Amino acid sequence: MDSFRSKIVPVTTILAGLVVVWYVFAVILNTPFQRDLDQRANQNPGTIEFIGKTLSQPKPTLPAPHQVAVNFFENTFLRSVTSNRSLVYNAWVTLSSTLLGFAFGTALGIIIAVGIVHVASLDRSLMPWIIASQTIPILAVAPMIIVVLAAIGITGLIPKALISTYLSFFPVAVGMVKGLRSPELMHLDLMHTYNASRSQIFWKLRVPASVPFLFTSMKVAVAASLVGAIVGELPTGAVAGIGAKLLSGAYYSQSIDIWSALVAGSIVAALLVTVVGIAGRLVDRAMGGRPA
Amino acid sequence: MNWLRPSWQPVLAVMLCLAALALGPMSSPEAAALAQPSATVAPPYLETKGLILGLLLIAAAVSMTRLPPIFEAVVLFVGAHLAAWLLIAGIGGFEGTALAPYFLLLAAAWLLGWRCVAVLSSLRPVANWARTALRLIIPAIFGAWILIIWEAVTRGAGIPFILLPPPSAIGARIANSLPVLAADVQQTIFKAVIFGYIAGSGAGFLAAIAADRVPFLRRGLLPIGNMVSALPIIGVAPIMVMWFGFGWESKAAVVIIMTFFPMLVNTVAGLAASSHMERDLMRTYASGYWPTLIKLRLPAAAPFIFNALKINSTLALIGAIVAEFFGTPVVGMGFRISTEVGRMNIDMVWAEIAVAALAGSVFYGVVALAERAVTFWHPSVRGG
Repeated sequence: MDSFRSKIVPVTTILAGLVVVWYVFAVILNTPFQRDLDQRANQNPGTIEFIGKTLSQPKPTLPAPHQVAVNFFENTFLRSVTSNRSLVYNAWVTLSSTLLGFAFGTALGIIIAVGIVHVASLDRSLMPWIIASQTIPILAVAPMIIVVLAAIGITGLIPKALISTYLSFFPVAVGMVKGLRSPELMHLDLMHTYNASRSQIFWKLRVPASVPFLFTSMKVAVAASLVGAIVGELPTGAVAGIGAKLLSGAYYSQSIDIWSALVAGSIVAALLVTVVGIAGRLVDRAMGGRPA
Repeated sequence: MNWLRPSWQPVLAVMLCLAALALGPMSSPEAAALAQPSATVAPPYLETKGLILGLLLIAAAVSMTRLPPIFEAVVLFVGAHLAAWLLIAGIGGFEGTALAPYFLLLAAAWLLGWRCVAVLSSLRPVANWARTALRLIIPAIFGAWILIIWEAVTRGAGIPFILLPPPSAIGARIANSLPVLAADVQQTIFKAVIFGYIAGSGAGFLAAIAADRVPFLRRGLLPIGNMVSALPIIGVAPIMVMWFGFGWESKAAVVIIMTFFPMLVNTVAGLAASSHMERDLMRTYASGYWPTLIKLRLPAAAPFIFNALKINSTLALIGAIVAEFFGTPVVGMGFRISTEVGRMNIDMVWAEIAVAALAGSVFYGVVALAERAVTFWHPSVRGG
């Protein structure tokens, strides 16, 4: 009950406030176009009627929340999932490359972290370049990667997944290095007194200690992979996927379509982060962690 | 055998050199010249082959004797890089004709370079300047070898220019198209990124102060802010282009939206960082909300704020460039990349990428320097 009052009430209040602000802005932003239309049609509607019209334009500057909701509902539940106008289908296309890229990125990040922790020369030479690599706007490079890979015959899922990989390996690598180094000197000394080998120290001390860090960085990484997958769709000729929906919406000024694609993307992102969070908690409990 | 100290990289390098020697010609013109001694074409590596092999073998041999590490590193550095330079220079005019020994010698040189890095990173100098120099030299050698291998493989194997131009061609392109690059940087970075970065981070900071002053706002805004910072905000780019037109204003708007939430979330977390004891002390001094905020809580929040500024520095660049894919005037880094890809001027695209990476690194570096200056008291800056 306490968490209800301290969390749910403020969050819903602010969300309701946002919706109200959204409606107000929808009216304000759509007004000039609607006034233009009415003038050309020689109509002179009353204020209430005018506001109603601004909220039901087919191509509004800012669609009203209910327009987005209706479009989202139609494209999600009322279409067969195999139709290429279905948001479920488009979200699945994006999700598949997100998941593949996320899997690659996590594996790559862990391998790099293990290398950095165990090889001194890698630690000194690789880490600055990993940080520098993230200042390259890979999203800007995305179209080129896709064109180049298509030139050597790799198309479809892999190029998009590679962009997701590039974006998601960095948080995992940094988090894992921190996690693998998190055991204290005392714990390492204890392992020495047990006469533990390097691999035993790694598997029985360093890996378990790194698990919380791994899942925290995986939450960041999975959101980054989704961004990578969406942007990877932009230059592929816009066939399917959330990014393709955004691009075609931008070409044909279908602002309601753009907004409902955005909503679909947000829902996918929230689901992915939640799933990683739940997986983290399950692993933590399986390892004997107790809820604090 | 007291003076001998073998390590695996030089040993492997010597074995690769011997294998290259046994395999014979390093390029197909050389093989043709050997098969037909009357041919007039002078093959590559006529004079330098022995020099390359000698350099590599001597450097490997010297590195295995017991010498001071600094001397060993210098010998390895000179040997590996001179050999790599001779290899790359020799293939000039004969691109795409390299045979297996070429790549074996390249690998041998790379192994010696790796050994050089390993020797350098095992050094523990006492002097401060030497430590700083090492911290710069080691990553520099690593980065140089990425470029060397890139250059040597693209030229040796004759990889089509359309797929992957060698770094030297990219460098030449940068030098030749400075005015275009400058105009793009001016449009994308100096207009969209800087304005959006300052406005977005500033707005996030002010919103965080407001949320801190009004607890109801904090409890409501923070969960939403946490959720939004995980969303693909880059998707708002087409909407911003529809609202603010094709100019830099729409890109700045995307940057503002992308940088707002990281700043909000981090600053709110940072404002909670000062301990109860410190806040109680301020109370005993009878200081009100604002003096406490300015003299205690904002300085305590500085590490968090700089963390957000660092995250935002890369986000801002990405946001501005991606927003240009949705429509832009005929200038700007994102515009240039998307059109030059279509015209197959891949070297121009790489030039743009190099400039973007440089700009991003400089941006990040400036924020990091400001962080060192402002949060000099923090353990991560003082060093443990």
